[in-house]
Amino acid sequence: MDAAAIDRALVRMAHEIHEKNPDRMADLLLIGIPKRGDVLARRIAAALERACGTAVPVGVLDITMYRDDIGSKASIPKPSDLPGSIDGKTIVLVDDVLFTGRSVRAAMDALIDFGRPKAIQLAVLVDRGHRELPIRADYVGKNIPTAPDANVKVELKEEDGSDRVLLEEAR
Amino acid sequence: MNVLIRGGRVLDPASGTDGVQDVLITEGKVAKVGVGIESGDATVIEAKGLIVAPGFVDLHVHLREPGQEGKETIATGTRAAAKGGMTAVVAMPNTVPPLDTPAMIAYVLSRVAQDAVVRVWPAGCISHERKGEVMADLAGLKEAGAVAFSDDGNSVMNALLARRAMINTSLLNVPYVEHAEDEDLVDGGVMHEGRVSLKLGLAGRTTLAEDIIVARDLLLAEATGAHLHVAHVTSKRSLEMIREAKARKVPVTCEATPHHLVLTDEAVGEFDTAAKVLPPLRSEEHRQALIAAVKDGTVDAIVSDHAPHGPLEKEVEFAQAASGMVGLETMLGLVLEILVRPGVIDLAGLVRLMSTNPARLFHLPGGTLAPGSPGDVTVFDPDAAWTVDPRALASKSKNTPFAGRSMRGRAVHVIVGGRPVVRDCGLV
Amino acid sequence: MAAPDALAAKDLLGIEPLTKDEIQLILDTAHTLADVAKHPIKKVPALRGRTMVNLFYEASTRTRTSFELAAVRLSADVVNINVQASSVVKGETLLDTAKTLEAMTVDFIVMRHGSSGAPHMLARNLQASVINAGDGQHEHPTQALLDLYTVREKLGSIEGKTITLVGDIQHSRVARSDLIAFTKMGAKVRFCGPPTLLSDDFAALGAEVHHDLRAALTGADVIYVLRLQFERHRMGLMPSVKAYTQRYAITPDRVKWAKPGALVMHPGPMNRGVEIAHEVADGPTSVIVDQVANGIAVRMAVLYLLENGRTKRAAAGGVQ
Repeated sequence: MDAAAIDRALVRMAHEIHEKNPDRMADLLLIGIPKRGDVLARRIAAALERACGTAVPVGVLDITMYRDDIGSKASIPKPSDLPGSIDGKTIVLVDDVLFTGRSVRAAMDALIDFGRPKAIQLAVLVDRGHRELPIRADYVGKNIPTAPDANVKVELKEEDGSDRVLLEEAR
Repeated sequence: MNVLIRGGRVLDPASGTDGVQDVLITEGKVAKVGVGIESGDATVIEAKGLIVAPGFVDLHVHLREPGQEGKETIATGTRAAAKGGMTAVVAMPNTVPPLDTPAMIAYVLSRVAQDAVVRVWPAGCISHERKGEVMADLAGLKEAGAVAFSDDGNSVMNALLARRAMINTSLLNVPYVEHAEDEDLVDGGVMHEGRVSLKLGLAGRTTLAEDIIVARDLLLAEATGAHLHVAHVTSKRSLEMIREAKARKVPVTCEATPHHLVLTDEAVGEFDTAAKVLPPLRSEEHRQALIAAVKDGTVDAIVSDHAPHGPLEKEVEFAQAASGMVGLETMLGLVLEILVRPGVIDLAGLVRLMSTNPARLFHLPGGTLAPGSPGDVTVFDPDAAWTVDPRALASKSKNTPFAGRSMRGRAVHVIVGGRPVVRDCGLV
Repeated sequence: MAAPDALAAKDLLGIEPLTKDEIQLILDTAHTLADVAKHPIKKVPALRGRTMVNLFYEASTRTRTSFELAAVRLSADVVNINVQASSVVKGETLLDTAKTLEAMTVDFIVMRHGSSGAPHMLARNLQASVINAGDGQHEHPTQALLDLYTVREKLGSIEGKTITLVGDIQHSRVARSDLIAFTKMGAKVRFCGPPTLLSDDFAALGAEVHHDLRAALTGADVIYVLRLQFERHRMGLMPSVKAYTQRYAITPDRVKWAKPGALVMHPGPMNRGVEIAHEVADGPTSVIVDQVANGIAVRMAVLYLLENGRTKRAAAGGVQ
């Protein structure tokens, strides 16, 4: 995906979110999973504001302490930043790539420790398949079927200098 | 037994010999030292390229028998001594029970007769039960075979007792050996009092504790004429006082250990109990003063202060651990490393410190290869490379801070009374 | 070189072996973890399934509770062992106690012991991660870390600040750890106390040694008060408690000798009215209560980062 494709996908997703939640826009929160999920969440919020005039609050959810991957991914937790209480809210979790589903599971566990949301939906820029848990996205930017050992990398202007999605086949 | 030690460099400061010669021992005594001696029926020991010295005499060894045979016995300790190059050791009397009666001395000597592979000269206690209160029967102890007196492990804290004991030892012509550390001043310390003990939060033992007892004993020795021998001296100030007293002809001698010459209090590192010893390893300033004292002759003898301890005593919290390290088998290598190779002393100096002087000062036979002397010979290779492997030590205990150290210099052949006890670095 | 994301060593035995980067990492991680106390559910599953044992040979409710809370907030399981002096007398060696615990597959052992070096001995002999909660007079690393954290939080930075510790420095592991920690992070450390409770040799370890309180406090950003132990009087180390308080107690008047707004800190428990006046302990610049709260966050960070290290080593196939 190039920059234009990414942009189109995010705008379309913003419209889909609006369509799916006609009565709940007032209680909607966009929560991004770092890194890049939070950037995408902000962009979707901006697109939603342009499209529907609603200002949806955006938050950041750090899932480091909820991960279940034993092994290489030891990392440092950063503070989460949630816009107020999440009780009774409809949360749209935003991540860049949906793969095994484990990050999303961790995110849901984290959210539930913060409060009791009414509903959780999932928006991802790329769904690359190979789910290991029964998790599906409500809003998908693009479906990219991949080999399990391939690598899908999302680069965003704010983090990496330019917008693009790269698919690297394994050697 | 007849033995001919052939072709080695005979180094015997007592008789002024230094050259490649042969040494013939017959019936347990040195018969002849010269060039090209006929072997006859003697066992020939080739010593080409090696140093042939009068047998080393270690004046300060703890054999732990009777009472602590789990740590060491006369059998294992003397084997360790032999491997280290000793032909004789002086056994300290802080056994369990201590050697404070003629009967105990006799007991040890009977065990020595059965089990020892080198000569063992027992020291007797200065005080009854080593309590520092009542004087032991010093004359009786000497008669039974004690060659020195010491409450080693503790200082004689009571000055009156020390004075009276010295009056006696002076008459008996036996060295009074003092472990100099004032019990009150050390204040329960477990290592040298200095920057390292402060950093580690461990109670320290000030050198003042050694200096105060040394100062006191020097005055007493001067007044009584007793031969005072300061055990394992470590303090710069004590060395200064001993040097000054010697200049005034006070009858004082002193000994130093290899570990105090090689290591400092930094060796404690991360609370390594192998480095816990009494007197403690001192700071660099004192270590340098000790080396200088060896160089200028203030130190008369090098001793191991071989002190075996088992895991039960050492694998505990530092403050709880027993003090002491084994040292018989590493002594020669360490002395060569820290004194001979850097040029502080030469090989003749080494022999003087490890054989000539010890024998002479404690009135022991040996310390020379002059004809008629005991057939005690240490043949060593000052360059032989080896590594300290605790499991390979002959000593029953393995508590040494030198585990894994690369050494150069080791005893190759050790002959006691004309009988080879060590051949080619191994026990016979 | 990339910033660390774990502690390099298996154990936390002291501040001395930590690099400045590692200390920074602990403080930053503590900052994030401090938030957990504010969540409705005061727990994150980061250490779920891990077991931490509090092995305390010296009584201490506050430190032990702090570690316990830290572990529990990370979802670890905690077992408390208060070893009374008598069971030591009964003959079980430290090593045997530890090996027993290891056999029970424990992940973390938090140890407080009266002998300097005891946790080091344990750490050498165990796979578990050993955290030193105070060994003899040697170190109390988590105290120093929470002290660093408190100063950073309240004053914005540690570098260039002057920290004055007052009291029985000689016998204080907190003083030793704070000296190392604050010096590593660029602060200047002053020690102040009577000569028998503060040896001049501390200058060789990098502290400014003072026996006059006014000089020690002038220009200080932090007044760190140490607890006076009454046993020292019985040991002949100070003539009387009154003699101490007359010259070294931190009273409201004396607080004024330091910089305006200087923090007042104390590792606790306090002898109110002895080394520290009531009004000072409860005064506007006292952060003693914050120290307690920060202690939990810092200990959570230590557990978390040690766990990261264990995870990485296991993943790398190393000896674990």
